[in-house]
Amino acid sequence: MSLRSSSGNPVTGKPAGGTADRRLVPRKRKNFLGPQPLGLLFSAPYVIYVLAVLAFPLGYAVYISFHDFFFTAPRVKVDRPFVGFDNYITVLSDPAVQRSFLNIGVFLIINVPLTVGLSLLLANALNRITRFKTFFRLSYYVPYVTASVAVVGVWLFLFQQNGLLNTLLGPLAPTPSWLVNSWLAMPTVALYVTWKQLGFFILLYLAALQNIPDELYESAAVDGGNKWVQFWNITVPGVRPASVLVTLLATITGANLFTEPYLLTGGGGPDGASASPVFIMYQRGLLQGNPDVAAALGVVLVIGVLLIALIQKRLVGGKED
Amino acid sequence: MSVTNAQNAKNDDDASRRPEPPEPVLRPGSGVEKRRNLGVGSFILLGVGAFVFLFPFYYMLIGSLQTAPDTSIFGAFPNPANITGANYVQINESINLFRGLLNSGIFTGGVIFFTVIFGLLVGYALAQMKFRGRGVVFGMMLLVQMIPFQLLLIPLYVMIVRDYGLADSFLGMILPFAINSTAVFVFRQYFLQLPSTLFEAARIDGASELRILWQIAIPLVRPAIVTAVLLTFIGPWNEFLWPFLVTKEQSLQPLAVSLANFISNIAGQAGNPFGAILAGACVLAAPAVALFIFFQRQFISTNIGSSVKG
Repeated sequence: MSLRSSSGNPVTGKPAGGTADRRLVPRKRKNFLGPQPLGLLFSAPYVIYVLAVLAFPLGYAVYISFHDFFFTAPRVKVDRPFVGFDNYITVLSDPAVQRSFLNIGVFLIINVPLTVGLSLLLANALNRITRFKTFFRLSYYVPYVTASVAVVGVWLFLFQQNGLLNTLLGPLAPTPSWLVNSWLAMPTVALYVTWKQLGFFILLYLAALQNIPDELYESAAVDGGNKWVQFWNITVPGVRPASVLVTLLATITGANLFTEPYLLTGGGGPDGASASPVFIMYQRGLLQGNPDVAAALGVVLVIGVLLIALIQKRLVGGKED
Repeated sequence: MSVTNAQNAKNDDDASRRPEPPEPVLRPGSGVEKRRNLGVGSFILLGVGAFVFLFPFYYMLIGSLQTAPDTSIFGAFPNPANITGANYVQINESINLFRGLLNSGIFTGGVIFFTVIFGLLVGYALAQMKFRGRGVVFGMMLLVQMIPFQLLLIPLYVMIVRDYGLADSFLGMILPFAINSTAVFVFRQYFLQLPSTLFEAARIDGASELRILWQIAIPLVRPAIVTAVLLTFIGPWNEFLWPFLVTKEQSLQPLAVSLANFISNIAGQAGNPFGAILAGACVLAAPAVALFIFFQRQFISTNIGSSVKG
């Protein structure tokens, strides 16, 4: 806990000499930790927690990914030799892993634009509405506050071969049905996640819309700009920081995908067409007992997300920084 | 607009900096009035959207009450001849619903407890106490929000389940979620809004920091506690992956985990699998939805949105 170490000389750097200065020295030494040093004590549980449960495992993940790591009984000392990039080579040459990255690409291509477009449109409409405001907001947030496991049940019911959706579509219904069709499984999962998470992103956009001054719309209206002109020229640029955040968070959600494919498509079916990287991590790491390979996959996945986030920030961020 | 013209010209520059812009004057035919009134198109958009968002929940309830699954269009309407409570009995026989709800409650309650206690302490310290290393703690809080869970999954499993032997225990379930940095951020924002002179005065009067926090600061930020509880509740109540990895013993599983196991393993053998799944889904969804509707004001005030946005 280097934060609390009171070593080092508090007076260094201060000009020496001068009676007034010398008189101040004892007071300063007493306040080396600041006027309210108890703040350190108040922060300590949080700092210790972050170091032990977040920072240490982060480094441990990288360590595991570079070693021949396997599960043992607790407190058994075994030799875990350093293997360099072996785990990375194993994981990147695995066709199932390659397929899972492709799947997540399909997911992001469908999910991110839909999320950004729909949540901005709906938030914009919600921001202007005066009647039934509460009802509409409530209805958009309900899927977000409900457990995925619960709503997955009803989607399984709706999207099965003889489910309500196919009944409505009649001859247009796809065979094999949505979630067991290798072309449609991942897009259906992406639609489900968009629907499930949209309320949260609408909330973010609503907060951002509050920051656009009314005067801008007023003057645009005076200049004869219609609603579309106002939307494209005032609203869209006005919420750009929120758009950066929404794309980033939607990407992270996609990269963390596990529950939905696990339950909707019975663990990434048909034939791995909807397996997500986190699902493969679970399978390789915990079911098949190769935590080292799974950790390497985690590192690759996170690097991928960071790269995508950087590109997105360039594209959406514009002149933000 | 002639009345406000002069004022507008003067205020134009700092309009964006003002915390709360004055209420715009609504007058028939003015630009603001037009903006506030929704076109029919937008209203239809919102209506269709609301239907798409709410229908699955309605269908969940209808489906959970059907004796035999009816996937025709008529199945979407209540049919007195096809209503039963048997699905709830059936799911309760496969997975103990009460036990599952209790486990979910303990897990969620533990997470909220740690988040609020430690979050208030560090939030108050960051906002109203000057101490060495405050900047480091603040920077840490911002960084933590960017740590991806995919990276932590394997090492946390190795540490918590293998090394510490906390599998099938509530502590093992709670630990990775115990302090939510978003909640810390919410607390800090609320404490920052309080005037620091208030705390200076209390310090001069000789009150200890803990006493100031307990008797002055916390009573003033009750809404922050509500916000943090709501924000934190959704996470563990709906969380699946981590408790699924940690608990193998059914009597300790939160409802989300036991219902998921029912969906993927047992449902096929049930007489009316969808009815049973949907009945379980209703039981799992009900507490969160009820809490949300009860506290909708706090959700809708966009407080949560702006605090998450940072």
